[in-house]
Order: sequence, then structure tokens, then C-alpha cells
Amino acid sequence: MNILVLVKQVPDSEALVQVKGEGSGVEVEDRYTLNFFDSLAVEEALQIKEQTGAGTVTVLSLGGQKAIEALRTAIAMGAAEAVLLEDPAFENGDEYATAKALAAAAKGMEWDMILCGKEAFDDSSGIVGPLLAEFLGIPLVTTVVKLDFISEEQAVVVEREIEGGKEVIKAPLPVLLSAQKGLNEPRVASVMGVMKAMQTEIKKLDLAAVGLSQSEVGKAGSKEEILRYHRPPERPPVTMIQGEATEVVRQVVALLKDEAKIL
Amino acid sequence: MAGDVWVFAEYQAGKIRKTSLEVLSKGRELAEQLGSGLGVLLLGSGVDGLAQELTAYADTVYYGDNPLLEKYNNDVYYQIIAALAEKEKPHILLAGATFLARDLFPRLAGRLKTGIAVDCLSLEMGDDGSLIARRPLFGGKVLADVVCREGRPQIALVRPNTFSLPDVQSPAQGKVLPLDVTVDTSQVKLEVLDVTRMAKERLDLTEAEIIVTGGRGMKGAENFQLLDDLADVLGATVGATRGVVDNGWRTHDDQVGKSGKTVSPKLYFAVGLSGAIHHVMGMNTSKVVVAINKDPQAPIFQYADYGVLGDLFEIVPLLTETLKKEI
Ligand SMILES: Cc1cc2nc3c(=O)[nH]c(=O)nc-3n(C[C@H](O)[C@H](O)[C@H](O)COP(=O)(O)OP(=O)(O)OC[C@H]3O[C@@H](n4cnc5c(N)ncnc54)[C@H](O)[C@@H]3O)c2cc1C
Ligand SMILES: Cc1cc2nc3c(=O)[nH]c(=O)nc-3n(C[C@H](O)[C@H](O)[C@H](O)COP(=O)(O)OP(=O)(O)OC[C@H]3O[C@@H](n4cnc5c(N)ncnc54)[C@H](O)[C@@H]3O)c2cc1C
Repeated sequence: MNILVLVKQVPDSEALVQVKGEGSGVEVEDRYTLNFFDSLAVEEALQIKEQTGAGTVTVLSLGGQKAIEALRTAIAMGAAEAVLLEDPAFENGDEYATAKALAAAAKGMEWDMILCGKEAFDDSSGIVGPLLAEFLGIPLVTTVVKLDFISEEQAVVVEREIEGGKEVIKAPLPVLLSAQKGLNEPRVASVMGVMKAMQTEIKKLDLAAVGLSQSEVGKAGSKEEILRYHRPPERPPVTMIQGEATEVVRQVVALLKDEAKIL
Repeated sequence: MAGDVWVFAEYQAGKIRKTSLEVLSKGRELAEQLGSGLGVLLLGSGVDGLAQELTAYADTVYYGDNPLLEKYNNDVYYQIIAALAEKEKPHILLAGATFLARDLFPRLAGRLKTGIAVDCLSLEMGDDGSLIARRPLFGGKVLADVVCREGRPQIALVRPNTFSLPDVQSPAQGKVLPLDVTVDTSQVKLEVLDVTRMAKERLDLTEAEIIVTGGRGMKGAENFQLLDDLADVLGATVGATRGVVDNGWRTHDDQVGKSGKTVSPKLYFAVGLSGAIHHVMGMNTSKVVVAINKDPQAPIFQYADYGVLGDLFEIVPLLTETLKKEI
């Protein structure tokens, strides 16, 4: 079983993010980490590989220096091979253009299953995976919280989270699955793993290598355009209420009724 | 019809979902601005009655009623909607940002070669007929206005509780259009073996108007009874922090936050939780936030409208009692 895992380096949740100037861009503090949901995807791939005892876990990322860090983290966890999609032409692309490039790269690789994160912590759109499945013509299941590989049937049975419940779905390989919290507890890389990650060669693919044209990727290949950025509306300063409990409660209820007009 | 605004409607337990109705109300507004019709799409089994109900909100109710559609299957729903959209060419396609829609519509966007904006907090018509969707980035630290200039339909999934409920047209004006449900089974790879829903009387967190969330300050699973009682009085849904879920006091289904659910209720009670950024990202579009915490330094107070400094074990039961009398 060969598994391809998509990984992305994203700003840490605590990173400071600010709107630049008149909303033309954003400034992100340099605190990055492997996307949490992608670490679940890597972990799951490693567990399947350990269970079946055969095949390779390959990680794939589109991006620059930051993407290399995501790939190295995944190798440190145990992934065997890493591929980086890097070309100036890929820059400034939306999810559609990103998925186009990832699909072109995936077509040139060997895999039976693709795992990705439910969403990336930064844009949180959760659409790169499903778009990739569509471009590759394979079925998909998102927000997977449990995965069983049935080797005799070359199929998986997965549980996916839905509002207030679960769906149990069987899918033949090849399939794309997106990882949701609850799927597993991602392992922490060992010292050996980290050393290996520093030495492993990262294979690089550019536009020509994936066989796409300039117009299909990056800004030119995008469907969406960002017009401007805004700061979120600010909440008015908090009204603190303290003192004797009955009095506090009376005040809160009065405020909710008369000021917030919510009850 | 070509150029129309379409809304995909979902139902649960025999009722159209609240989030679908909210999106219909926005859809009507956009259709009026465009001077176009409003279509609604309903897929399911035994949904005749619901299709009729929808004629009170939309001009055309496209509905597929077939046992094949009883359980959501991405491969099946995808085929039907893709074929219909390719034939009818709507201008805009909207849905609530539910688990179903987030599974289905990105793939459809790929098939229809168009853009999709997810988790939108507002939708406006641009001058050139393009839809300007405002969506959160970086967990809501920044909002971006995105637009899809060439692809059609422009697809947008809206965060539940963002728009108000629609007016009912009386008498209902819409017409129903049953769809001929033909599915190429060779393209159906997924098999839905089972669907389980916890029997819950309350709305899902994502749709709830009032949420009462408890953090580790609750000290144990049994103490959530205090929050259940408060929620009963308010008709609210109970949420939990990850700390609580990791301790096994509540299930992941109740988790609010970056790795749980994103919620946007009218009123949010944050009880005995510190307000870690991962949590705040999942609730920062709540309209009014009340925080109850004994630590004056707790970050949650920075995200609250009303901050109650005190012991939750004292405050919460009193609050429940007082509200019982007052509402
Ligand atoms: C109009 C527009 C312009 C943009 N311009 C820029 C820009 O200039 N610079 C920039 O950095 N971003 C830009 N973006 C954002 C960029 O398109 C997205 O970050 C990217 O496509 C991934 O989308 P996402 O973060 O929403 O991922 P999601 O769809 O939320 O990700 C889901 C999963 O897909 C996989 N995945 C996502 N992205 C990648 C990737 N790059 N490599 C491997 N796997 C991946 C991961 O497994 C991830 O968990 C732009 C977006 C838009 C809409
Ligand atoms: C990748 C990642 C994803 C995450 N995703 C999420 C997520 O989706 N949702 C989420 O919630 N967290 C998430 N977290 C965890 C988050 O960072 C915090 O650890 C968590 O939210 C803390 O939970 P808490 O507020 O319940 O507990 P604590 O931080 O321990 O806070 C408990 C609070 O209770 C107060 N308290 C205690 N006793 C009383 C009393 N008697 N009366 C009044 N107040 C009292 C204390 O003053 C304190 O402020 C994530 C973390 C990571 C790294």
C-alpha cells in the first residue's frame, strides 16, 4: 500500500496576523508549524504502513521554504519520501490552482490512497483535498475520524463526522480521505527521526516537471481573487461584574434583557 | 433557469434545516438585486411535503425524491447536482457550510470549473454581477473579500447563524419541479453502510442560538449537569472545550474551537474556560458573549461582552434559578 499525504506549513494559532495598509495584504508573524490536521494524516498513513508492513508513505507539499519544513517534520515522524512542488509560477494561487498543480504531480506518482487534512489552519477552507480528488477522478470522504483498511478487498471502511453523529462509509482504493481530530494522536518525532529528516533528499518538481502550463497554475489558474482584507469587527470593551453572587446574577440577567436585548 | 440564484436545502428529522432557511433568505435578497429567480434544490427520499413547503420561499423547487437519495452519498448527490447545474446554468449556488456541503460542493466546484468560498460571513453583489463573499482567514483574525470573476455558478457556503430567517410568502408562489433521478451506478464508488445520529433534543452547536460551554473549570463530567440545567431553561445547546473533551467529560461532538466546531450563536456563555486562542477561533463571531471565570486575568474576558468574576459553582445555579423565574 503506497500512501500519498498532503502537508502544509501554516502559521501557529498564536501567531500575530495583521492587515497591511489599506487592506491590500496581511502580515503574518514568523511562527509556523505543520498543519495540525495534516499531522493526523501523516500519523494515519504511518499506522497503515506499519499494519500492512509494505509500501511507502510519501509526503507532498506545494510552496517554498516553509513547505520544506512541513515535509521535514513529516519525514521526522516516519514518512519515507518527500516531494516539493516549487516554481514561481505556482505562487499566488487559490485552492483551485493549488489543487491543479498537486493533481498534476500526483498523476506522476504511485499511490493507492491519498490522505490530507480536514482543512488548513490558515485559510480553513478544506477544499484542496476534494478538488484534488475531482481532478484525479477518485472518490473522497472528508472529516474522517476512524479508518480501517481491509486488505483482502483493497478497500477502506471509514467513519466520518457529521453534525451530531457519524456516517460509516466503505470506499474502494484509490480514494482520498481528509483527517479530522479524533482520528489518532500524532506521534512526536524521535531524535533519530529528526536526524534522518535533515539528511533525506527532498525531490523537487517545477512547472515543466508536472507538465502544466503557466495559465493553469498560480494567479493565472485561479478562480478566486482576493479584493481586500479587513480586520474583524471589534467587540466593545468588556463590562465586568463582580461582588455578591445573587447581586451579580441579577445584574447579568438585567443586562442581557435590557442592554443586549437578547433574552 | 439560467442566471438564477440557487440554494441547496438540507433537512433533518423531517424538517428543513434552519441554516438552509437562513441561506434562502439571503438568496432571495441576492435574486432581487440581480432581477433573477430563486431556485431551491432538495434531494432525499419521501420529501414531497418538504418540497411543497419550500414553495413558500423560492420560485422553483427542484427536488429529487428517490430511495437512492435517502442517505447522503457524495458520488450520487454530486452526479445529480452537476448534471442539473450544467443544464440550467445558475449564476450563484449557495448552501449552509455544513458537514454535508463541505464534503460535496468543493468537488462540484472542480467539476463545474468554478470558484468556491467557504464559511462566508457576508455576501454582497458586486457591480458586474459577481458575488463578493467575506470569509474568515487565520481563524477569524482577518477577514477577506473574495470574488470569482469567470466561473459560474459562483459557489458560496455560509456559516450557520449568519443570516436571519426568511419571510414566508403567503400564498406560496413557487412551483415544484420533480427531477428525473438517474444515477450512473458505475460512478458510485462509495457505499454508505450506516448513519447514526445521537438522539439529541437540542439543535446542533452550529445551529444553536444560545450555547453554554464549559471548560476544565467544571472539574468533572458530573458537574456538567449544572450546564445542562441552565441550557434547559434557555433552550440552549451545551458545548465543551478541548480540555474537557480530552478528559473524556464530553464527546468531541460538543467541542467548540479550531479543532472542533465553529459556532456563531446569538448568546454564548463561556463557563470555567480560559479562552485559549484555539477555543476563541471557534466562537469569536458569537454576537453576545458572557464569560464566567474566577481568574480576573483569564483571556476569555478580552473576548466577552459581559465578564462575571466569580465561582461558577455559585453563579451558575443561581443564574439558572433566576432565569427560570424571569423567562
Ligand atoms: C485568490 C487567492 C489568492 C491567494 N494567494 C495566495 C498567496 O499569494 N500566497 C499564499 O501563500 N496563499 C495564497 N492563497 C491561499 C492559498 O490558495 C491556500 O492557502 C492554499 O490553496 C491552500 O488552501 P487552504 O489553506 O484553504 O487549504 P485547505 O483546503 O483548507 O487544505 C486542506 C488540506 O489540503 C492540503 N493542502 C492544502 N494546501 C496544500 C499545499 N500547498 N500543499 C500540499 N497540501 C496542501 C493539506 O493536507 C490541507 O490540510 C490565496 C487564496 C486565494 C483564494
Ligand atoms: C492544535 C490545537 C488545537 C486545539 N483546538 C482546540 C479546540 O478546538 N477547542 C478548544 O477548546 N481548545 C483547543 N485547543 C486547546 C486549547 O489550547 C486549550 O488548551 C483549551 O481550550 C483549554 O481548555 P479550558 O479553557 O477548558 O481549560 P483551562 O485553560 O485549564 O481553563 C480553565 C479555566 O477555568 C477557570 N476556573 C477554574 N475553576 C473555576 C471556578 N470554580 N469558577 C470559575 N472559573 C473557574 C480557570 O480560571 C481557568 O481560566 C487546541 C490546542 C491545540 C494545540
